Formats: sequence, C-alpha cells, structure tokens
Amino acid sequence: MKQMSIVSVAAAAALFLAGCGEGNGNGGAVTLNGAGASFPDPVYQAWTYIYSTANDTTVNYQSIGSGAGINQIKAGTVDFAGTDAPLKREEIQQAKLTQFPMVTGAVTPIVNIAGVGPGQLKLTDEVLAKIFMGEIKTWDDPAITALNPGLKLPKQNILVVYRSDSSGTTNIFTEYLTDKSPDWATKVGAGKSVKWPTGLGGQKNPGVCNNVQQNSGSIGYTEFTYAIESKLTTVQMKAADGSWQNPDSASWPLVGTTYLLVRDDIPADKKAALQAYVAWCFSGDAAAKAKELHYTPLTAERAKQSRYFLGALKDEFVK
Amino acid sequence: MRVSAWSDPVFRWLCMICATLCGLLMVAFFVQLAFASGDAWSRFGLGFFVSTDWDPVRDLYGALPAIAGTVATTVIALVIALPLAFVSALFIVDAPPWLSRVLGQAVDLLAAIPSIIYGMWGLFVLVPLMDRLWVAWGVDNAFGGIGLLTSSLILSLMILPYICAVMRDVLRMTPPMLRESAFGVGCTRWETARDILMRYGIRGLLGGIFIGLGRALGETMAVLFVAGNIMKVPTGLLDGCTTIAATLANNFAEAEGVQRSALFALGLILLVMAFAIQVLAQYYLRMTSAKRGEK
Repeated sequence: MKQMSIVSVAAAAALFLAGCGEGNGNGGAVTLNGAGASFPDPVYQAWTYIYSTANDTTVNYQSIGSGAGINQIKAGTVDFAGTDAPLKREEIQQAKLTQFPMVTGAVTPIVNIAGVGPGQLKLTDEVLAKIFMGEIKTWDDPAITALNPGLKLPKQNILVVYRSDSSGTTNIFTEYLTDKSPDWATKVGAGKSVKWPTGLGGQKNPGVCNNVQQNSGSIGYTEFTYAIESKLTTVQMKAADGSWQNPDSASWPLVGTTYLLVRDDIPADKKAALQAYVAWCFSGDAAAKAKELHYTPLTAERAKQSRYFLGALKDEFVK
Repeated sequence: MRVSAWSDPVFRWLCMICATLCGLLMVAFFVQLAFASGDAWSRFGLGFFVSTDWDPVRDLYGALPAIAGTVATTVIALVIALPLAFVSALFIVDAPPWLSRVLGQAVDLLAAIPSIIYGMWGLFVLVPLMDRLWVAWGVDNAFGGIGLLTSSLILSLMILPYICAVMRDVLRMTPPMLRESAFGVGCTRWETARDILMRYGIRGLLGGIFIGLGRALGETMAVLFVAGNIMKVPTGLLDGCTTIAATLANNFAEAEGVQRSALFALGLILLVMAFAIQVLAQYYLRMTSAKRGEK
C-alpha cells in the first residue's frame, strides 16, 4: 500500500513536471550548475554569462575550490565540476566520471622589492625553489644578483607568502617546483597544500596579493589575472628554450591546466546542453574572451592530447 | 475547559522537549566528531596532541601548533580585554544617564560588527599600523604586522563588548543599599568596586568572562586574516601562528581522507576545550561559593 502511494505520487509529480516543461514553449530551457576550482573562475564567469545571455541554456558556476567541486560532482549535486588537480585514471573509473581539460592559465611569482619594477627581476627555477625553501634568505644573495647584473637589490630579508587555504594554484606552483627541483621534490613535494618550510600564509588569492603588497621584501605566487588586477610586480622566468619570458608570453613555463568533470550518468537533456556549451568554450569567441582575461585557451586537439583526458564520455564532449 | 488547565502542561512539555533537544544536539556533536576523526586517532594516537607536523603531501598531521595558537591568542586577548571591559562597565554604570546610554550603545554596537569586518579591518588597517610601529621601535619583525599579538588584539576587541555588556548588567544588579553603605563607611570608589560590586556579582562577572573566552576560542575569520596561518608553535608575540578554527576554515573545503579526519579531530579538541572551560568554571564557582559567603 505504501509502495503504491509513493509510485502514484511520483507519477503525479512527473506529469506535473512534464506539464511545466510543455508550458515553457520549446522545452529546451536547461539550467546547468557547476562548481569547483577558483583558479579559472574569472574566465568561467565571463563564459557562463556570455553563453547564458545568448542561449536558452543557463550555466552557473560557483567557485568553491577544486576539492569541494570534486565532492559535489561525486555526490551528484552539480552537473559539472571544475578542478585544477586532475583526478587519476583509477579514480575516474571508480567514480564513473569523465574528465577533460578546458583552459590553461599562467601562475606567476609576485614580488615587492623597493626599486624593482614589473618584469625586471629574473629568477631561475632553482633559485625560485631555494627562495621558497628558505635556503636563499636575502635579496642580495649572490645567486640572485648573478642573474640580475644590472639590478640594484637591497640587503633585505626575503619574506615568503603562500596560500594558507588548500588551492589548485598551490598545486600548479608546487607541481612545477617538484618537476624542476629534485631538492624541492624530496623536501616539500606537490599538493593543494604542502608543508611550507618558511614564510606566512594568506587567505585565498586576495590574501596573498595583499600580504605581498604590504610587506616590503616579500615574494608570493598567484594566478596571473590576480597579479594584474592587484598591479603586482611580476618577474621573468626561463622558458623551455632558455629565453627569459614575462608571464604574458605564450612560452611562459609556469602554467596550469584546469579541468572539467562530468558524471557518466548525466541526464540526456543536460548532456546535450552541456555538450553545446563545451563546444562553444572551444570556439573562437570563447578563446578571445579567455585571452582578454590573460588565460591561454586550448583547442579541442590540444585538449585531447592531455594525459588527463579520461572517461567514457570524453569524445562526446571534446570533438 | 479553562485555558490555564491545559496550557501549563503543554508549555512544560514544550520546554522540556526543547531543552532535551539542546542536550541531545550537544551529544550528537561529540559523537559525530569522534566518529569522523576516528581515522586520525587510530593513525596518530595521542601523539597527535604533541606532534608539530602538518604535511598534507606525506599525510602527517599534528595538533600542537593549532592548539598552542588557540590557547595563546585566547589568553592574551583575555588579558587585554578583561581590565578594559571591567573599567568600561564600571564607568558606564556610574556615568550620568545620557552618557551611560550613549557609551553603552556604542559598546553594544561593537558586538554587532560581523567578524569578517574585524578581519578586514585588521588586515588593511591594524596590520600596516603594527608593522610601522615595530619598524619605528626598531623591533625585528620578520612577519610584518601579522602574527600572534595582532590576532590577540583583534580578538580582544571582539570579545570586549560581550564581557562589558554582561559585566554592566551584573554591576547594575548590585543593590544600591550595599554600594551606598560602602561609600558611607568611607570606602573609595575602587574599594567599593573591588569589595562590593565584584564580590556581589562574581558569578555574573565570571559568566561574562566565559562568554568572551568561548567566543575567542572559536573565532575564525578575523584570526584567519591576521594570524599568518603558520603551522608552527609560536615562540614570541610577533611570531606568525594559527588557531584550530583558522586551520579548519583554511583546509576543510579541499580536505580528503586522513587530512579530513585530522581536521575533525581538531574540531573535537576545540569542542572539548570549550566544554572543559565551562565545567571548570562551574566547578570553581561551586568550590569557592562558601568562601564568598553565598551559603
């Protein structure tokens, strides 16, 4: 008896919902809710806004952090999730998710040194790792002055500023140092938060930017868009070909890719809407907007080459 | 049937259910936190309390830096806020009525400011101010204006209105006859305050202190902005530090596995600390009630 009533209530609800859908006219208005990584949030906000105003589909994105986004998609409370730290193959298979790259962005060291302007200071990977490990303690250390012969660097202690909250930006930054410095790999390692050997933590990107702005002699790292917004002093780093590059360059070495996660059991109507949205994100219009916001857009071909391009539906989303 | 015939039992039951619910909720918090932190306890054991590790990469966690930071900020904040709150309460009670009203409301307004505003004010105003102060005094400040003392200052500002409000009410409750008698036998204002007002209202005064203590222990946002979030045991007033609440806020959204469990364990420690303070306070009051002549 009880079973019966539940079934009939469900049937009534389904009928009611179907009626609503028809009442809408074309029945194509779908709302897609996404949540996750904060690193691509500026470009995702622009994309979802532009796309939602031009199309029937409404796309929302909440920047709640990569880890929280992953939890949400696993629980099925959102239609897609953004993450900066890609899931491994086993986890993708186990959770029945599909993962594909969306966009890349530069992470840049930011400094506050009296008399040093944007793009003037040059740092190699090794020196950068040593600074963040607390092994290079002052700005006039021979290791730094040797790289910057023309620059007058003060005899001042270096204050390292890092992200105190667990973040995808930290993951990108520490992955890079782990990759480039064996010393860093053994002593600190990579992750969304790590055991920092020195320095102080700022809350989220604004916290880091603010701490660097307020403390003379400090160095931090942030996503490039935030560095521009806060008018912070960026540095030059060595690209793969050995040339010195600024973070706005295409061959800037310290870049991170951010990914989208979709459930394999996504309902058909939402799937179609999300496919259309993702296809638009890989189009020229979306790429132009991403460039304007200082991200580096990906083409579908490039996205497919990623080793984190995984899951049952991957070819249905990135064509 | 008359209304009073059934309204009283209904009201009694309603009150009983609500009161029981509060108690059950408290128990449920303990159970949930203990359950969710089981993994951390079984992995680190009692060493969790004394370990200073916080290494998400190697999945090693210890609670000492967060506990030390919480205790240090709370104690220093109380040391700063307590005398200020007591003398402001004394003044407000004795001031001319119009001044008393204005000042009282100003203090109450302090309590109405959301903690995030205190945090932002701390980060944008107090931190640079402290930085300049240390530079001017020639103190070696490796962390600029951020750190233990700045966190404690913000905390003391935040708990001051609570303590002051409670103390004000307690001091007002002292029968005027007692105060006037004290003045009559030649007591100074301070002697009256110490020997009559404080003694008469000790229970309430301590209550105010514990409200402030509870708030300081659990305060999150304001401390998050100015503490420096450093997972080390602070060794000086200018050292960066972290608190349990700030550690939770920093890491919870992204935590998984052992780290999540360790964070729940920190939460449990915080709850036990707050609980222990309440119990100790009650115990202390009971032990000393005879001495204060309450019996």
